[in-house]
Amino acid sequence: MPNVSYTHNDSYDEMVDISGQCRPHYLKFKKLLEEIPDEKLREIQQSTERAQLSMGMTFNVYHDNQGTEKILPLDIIPRIMSGKEWQRVEKGLKQRIYALNLFIQDLYNDQKILKDKVIPQEIILSSSNYLKPCEGLTPPREIWCHITGTDIVRDKDGKFFVLEDNLRCPSGVSYLLESREIIKRAFPTLFNKIGVRPVSDYPNKLLHLLQYLTDSSKPVVGLLTPGIYNSAYFEHSYLAQMMGVELVTGQDLVVKNDHVFMKTTQGLQQVDVLYRRIDDTFLDPKTFKQNSMLGAEGLFDAYSAGNIALANAPGTGVADDKAVYAYVPKIIKYYLDEDPIIPNVPTYLCSDEKERQYVLEHLPELVVKETNAAGGYGMMIGPKADKNEHQKFAELIRKNPRNYIAQPTLSLSTVPTLAESNIEPRHVDLRPYILYGEDIEVIPGAFTRVALRKGSLVVNSSQGGGSKDTWILYE
Amino acid sequence: MLSRVADSIYWMGRYLERSENYARFIDVNFNLMLDLPPSEKEQWEPLITATGDRELYISKYENFDRFNAIYFLAFDDENPNSLLSCISKARGNARTVREKLTKESWEKLNEAYLFALEGKRKKIWQFEDPRGFFTEVKYSIQLLYGIEDNSVARTEEWYFRQLGQFLERADKTSRILDVKYHVLLPSPDEVGSTIDILQWTSLLKSVSGFNTYRRIFGEISPSGVVDFLVLNKYFPRSIFFCLCEAEKCLYKISDSSGHGFTNSAEKALGSLRSQLEYYDVSDVINYGLHEFLDNLQIRINEVSNAIHQNFFKIEHDQSFQQMDQ
Repeated sequence: MPNVSYTHNDSYDEMVDISGQCRPHYLKFKKLLEEIPDEKLREIQQSTERAQLSMGMTFNVYHDNQGTEKILPLDIIPRIMSGKEWQRVEKGLKQRIYALNLFIQDLYNDQKILKDKVIPQEIILSSSNYLKPCEGLTPPREIWCHITGTDIVRDKDGKFFVLEDNLRCPSGVSYLLESREIIKRAFPTLFNKIGVRPVSDYPNKLLHLLQYLTDSSKPVVGLLTPGIYNSAYFEHSYLAQMMGVELVTGQDLVVKNDHVFMKTTQGLQQVDVLYRRIDDTFLDPKTFKQNSMLGAEGLFDAYSAGNIALANAPGTGVADDKAVYAYVPKIIKYYLDEDPIIPNVPTYLCSDEKERQYVLEHLPELVVKETNAAGGYGMMIGPKADKNEHQKFAELIRKNPRNYIAQPTLSLSTVPTLAESNIEPRHVDLRPYILYGEDIEVIPGAFTRVALRKGSLVVNSSQGGGSKDTWILYE
Repeated sequence: MLSRVADSIYWMGRYLERSENYARFIDVNFNLMLDLPPSEKEQWEPLITATGDRELYISKYENFDRFNAIYFLAFDDENPNSLLSCISKARGNARTVREKLTKESWEKLNEAYLFALEGKRKKIWQFEDPRGFFTEVKYSIQLLYGIEDNSVARTEEWYFRQLGQFLERADKTSRILDVKYHVLLPSPDEVGSTIDILQWTSLLKSVSGFNTYRRIFGEISPSGVVDFLVLNKYFPRSIFFCLCEAEKCLYKISDSSGHGFTNSAEKALGSLRSQLEYYDVSDVINYGLHEFLDNLQIRINEVSNAIHQNFFKIEHDQSFQQMDQ
């Protein structure tokens, strides 16, 4: 095996502790890794890339005029988590999603949490993700956030923090599932020796969840995609295929008398449930953005009339707003009277005068994020940015404080990764997926994103990151 | 199934078949040239003419030399019917309906596309002998057909793809025959000469039909080849066979008995098929082979348009009212 060169810096490494000892749950894997010659390892890495290419496991890169399809590099060395570690993450996520769901239901109905002044009303009402048309609505089974992908990071002491909640259309789960298949081929003998929990029943669970949302005895389920030019199209078609449901675009749908139909070769067929992978305001040009070509006219009326279930429910995005995120610990306390099991990353709200002052004075140490942006866009990493950029963000914040939050720079944990000459530590985050149907269930696996460039903290696929298979062990 | 999906699958079938046939076109013409006496110039113009893209070709190139012709037919992005354009469109369509394909089908098609792309990078058209590449393309598409044959359920998806494939194949067989019409013989006296026979033979080989023809007809003769490729009931690349298969697909799709027609696509195709059914080869020759093939291509286009009207652009308001009552 190539030399695992670990000169420890500030970060927590998932495989070896500060003294260079291998953590117990990595022992078996490390032993095997040591038996594989360097060339063999590189061969496996290459065949992995070929497999991804043949499979068309590609995503479209926006703002890129050259070749629109790229593979998301999959590093063959997995990230491994012990059963015990995972249990805590699982518990923390269930708690969080349960509370967030109660919160969203309350916001669009009684607004008790606002009346009790736990969250300032203006934070909510000024959120572009708060959808007025959802006021007074209760979705089927009172579930709003059916599918969540929560981003979690680990600090230098190995403690977990929630970085953000992705409640609208979290992507990446297809990479989790397909990567597992590829890695199984790369290390065929390892899986049962090590005891890796399977993830392949995700599509089945997702289908059950979606079917649970309707009373129809033979539910017709569809997955609504913006279409082939969307960066996550691979995932949309993959999930539709694995669930055996129709993959539909807005143009395949028509709404009549508040019922939703698909245009088929035999005429119109009614749809009961849609897993939508289109942003809220593109769903229906009649209720939201008039110029949207992606959704279907009248879809929201059909939804309000209770004739179709939408997952995730429109309006969930309000809890995705990074300013609202700052209040999640309070939200958990308010609805459940519990302390959060996984804490938030400390967050400064620029809308608050005192906190803004602090942020402006400490820009070189902080990460500044737009409250409503995703995919690594609209952010500034203080320590990596130059004076001009600090200046630029200071102005942006002053101009529109509501639009920004700031967090201390965390040194994300690292996982051994196949680099050019050696196996070296690279920073990772973790995105587990949570399904909320009859029960709340956390899939025993996750999409681990890795910053492939040395020292980089940016793991977003749109910004040059890669991925890893994530093994959750039985024990 | 969704109209949009049916549309994509139908065209995926057509484009795949078209790219395979372009590989055959180039292969057959190349073989033909090898048997020419050294004094004769290579003839690539007839092939370009038979594909129907002669005007586009002339607007881009000064002569009909081998490099230009092969580049145009196989790799030119600006030629919407080039092998690479077609396989890329087939793959594009497959991508939009990937959830309907088996994993193996999608992967093989994706690989065939990547292989064709690689051919362009390697400048295959400049090779002294590029036939290996075209054979490989042909086989990779045949492999895909084999996989599908054994793994795809015989539901609407299957029949729409088959429909596209067989209509396209009927059209392309007619164009392969037309190449012979356009290929010039050194002199009129050469009809029936060695060269003439060699040309007919290589034409049969281009549709993998030489051995079958031999068993059925024995001697190579122009009318025999026309009979075989236009009217034969058993050979899977004869025009009549392809039209019969396409017609069966239409009946499966509309779930009708196959007696008479239930929509305009069935009507257009049924009348064309029955005309061939009662033709014999002398009728074709008397009509004029080239004129006959020309007319056939027009009628296949009409069938395709009728399919579009009937299944991809259904008047959905109307069907809704029927459901409502």
